[in-house]
Amino acid sequence: MLHIQNVEKSYRKSGLLAKRSEKVLHGVSFSCHDGECLGIIGESGSGKSTLGRLILGIEKPDHGAILLNGQPIAQRQVRRGQISAVFQDYTSSINPFFTVEQAIREPLDGDGRSRADHGRRVDELLEQVGLSPAYRTRYPHELSGGEAQRVCIARAVANRPRYIVLDEAISSLDVRVQVQVLHLLQELQSVYGMGYIFITHDIQAAAYMCDRMIIFRKGQIVETIDTDRLREVQSDYARTLLGATIII
Amino acid sequence: MNILEVDQLNIKDTHTGKVIVDNVSFELRQGRCLAIVGESGSGKSLTCRAIMRLNPSSLHQTGRILFRETDLNALSAREMRNMRGRPIGMIMQNGMSAFDPSCVVGVHFRETLGEHYGWSRSVIDAMMQEAMQSVMLNQPAQLMNRYPHELSGGMLQRMMIALTLVLKPDIIIADEPTTALDTLSQQEVMAQFIHLRRTLGSSMIFISHDLGAVRHIADDVLIMKSGQIIERGETGQLFTAPRHDYTRQLLSARLTLSDHFRQLINEE
Ligand SMILES: Nc1ncnc2c1ncn2[C@@H]1O[C@H](COP(=O)(O)OP(=O)(O)OP(=O)(O)O)[C@@H](O)[C@H]1O
Ligand SMILES: Nc1ncnc2c1ncn2[C@@H]1O[C@H](COP(=O)(O)OP(=O)(O)OP(=O)(O)O)[C@@H](O)[C@H]1O
Ligand SMILES: [Mg+2]
Ligand SMILES: [Mg+2]
Repeated sequence: MLHIQNVEKSYRKSGLLAKRSEKVLHGVSFSCHDGECLGIIGESGSGKSTLGRLILGIEKPDHGAILLNGQPIAQRQVRRGQISAVFQDYTSSINPFFTVEQAIREPLDGDGRSRADHGRRVDELLEQVGLSPAYRTRYPHELSGGEAQRVCIARAVANRPRYIVLDEAISSLDVRVQVQVLHLLQELQSVYGMGYIFITHDIQAAAYMCDRMIIFRKGQIVETIDTDRLREVQSDYARTLLGATIII
Repeated sequence: MNILEVDQLNIKDTHTGKVIVDNVSFELRQGRCLAIVGESGSGKSLTCRAIMRLNPSSLHQTGRILFRETDLNALSAREMRNMRGRPIGMIMQNGMSAFDPSCVVGVHFRETLGEHYGWSRSVIDAMMQEAMQSVMLNQPAQLMNRYPHELSGGMLQRMMIALTLVLKPDIIIADEPTTALDTLSQQEVMAQFIHLRRTLGSSMIFISHDLGAVRHIADDVLIMKSGQIIERGETGQLFTAPRHDYTRQLLSARLTLSDHFRQLINEE
């Protein structure tokens, strides 16, 4: 179980008035069960990626706590192997000096299995995200946007963590590959009970994937709704978002 | 009238000898919006970067790229530099890489606009702030003093879009410009693009996986797969009567998602 409790975060503003700071998250609380897919949908710049970084323990909240099974995520041993991510800025999240194979192998290190096992696992993962084994030797700058994003997805699921933060993780994929990846995630969810924090602007993809959705705006939760009751959303903002969705 | 004609564009990786973009030809008509849709890795970004001559030297390109009467592929590096920005503006797929990480974004705007138009700082700031507001970036004066890493993904994309709106290029090449935008900001951005076309007659190449956005903004569509154009046509016709198997697969994949969504929100 992942608990986010009354989390606040401010950033210092650069520039002349360096002393002033801007609050990005205002007392955010929610939880995500093992094996649940929880969507976070909301305005651009509202603090979704910031929230994702806090959940990963890369940044610390100013106030509040983030707990994984009751233990603070800030402690490295609590989060090791338990939580991974596909970052929104996927191109710069792969080490530029790593080949695709090295990038995907990295989270497998130290799991006690042989190099040959890892090699087979890399091929299997590449295939699952729709890339041929020929990509093993490529460097990140030789990949298209969607190929790089899929390498990040393969890396994030490689060691079957308990939770994955997916920050606009399918945004650069063609719809056919999007559906393939969504099905892969659903399969991993049912086999290994992985939980997802699924941050996206694509409400239709979120509705397909998520059990619940959080509507987020200006650093706050506007509304939380079970996906199968989506049509009953109450807030004006959520209703506007739904109304503006182009359905084809 | 065609403002851009790409004739037999070929892109080859000189390290491996592999042909990545295979004799692609298409034209962009004055004032129209051409969408390029297709498989991930099919060569959409490389094709657009080839027009701008921004691909690394390990990728060798041949063919003619006619902008009005000029073959861009035959220009010197210096002549080509003058083409980028004002005559042809490109919004890159990866927002972060377009900005210098060591400067606040305002510096980039002043350099780019100063170079192309010779405007003063105060003119540039005023124009940029107006453009930023038009794509729902509030408090624009403050945002110009931020470093790229201090902005969200969608804010960076809108910063680049705002710059393009001020540059008013004859051709806008937008590579996945709305991947990080919520539905409402996305609509605002599309409205601005449409406004620019209507008032200035700008033409546009719009690369996107978002079929809803494509249907909304594009007049014509190219479908790419494995380095080739496999289907082309007017937007309405392509969505209602796709001919190629791959195009059908794309549309039916989207239907997998949208049918589910429709069921969820429609009253039984
Ligand atoms: N390192 C930082 N320093 C200062 N401000 C920051 C920093 N990172 C983010 N911000 C600010 O925090 C706010 C929230 O940013 P965040 O990236 O979390 O938004 P988001 O909801 O993910 O948006 P998008 O949908 O566009 O990706 C923005 O106003 C942004 O400018
Ligand atoms: N510098 C490079 N060297 C070698 N191959 C490259 C290089 N850059 C890209 N490629 C390859 O060329 C192909 C086309 O890439 P491109 O970026 O044009 O794809 P795309 O259609 O834009 O895909 P996406 O929708 O995923 O962004 C891809 O298979 C990619 O791996
Ligand atoms: Mg974000
Ligand atoms: Mg691309």
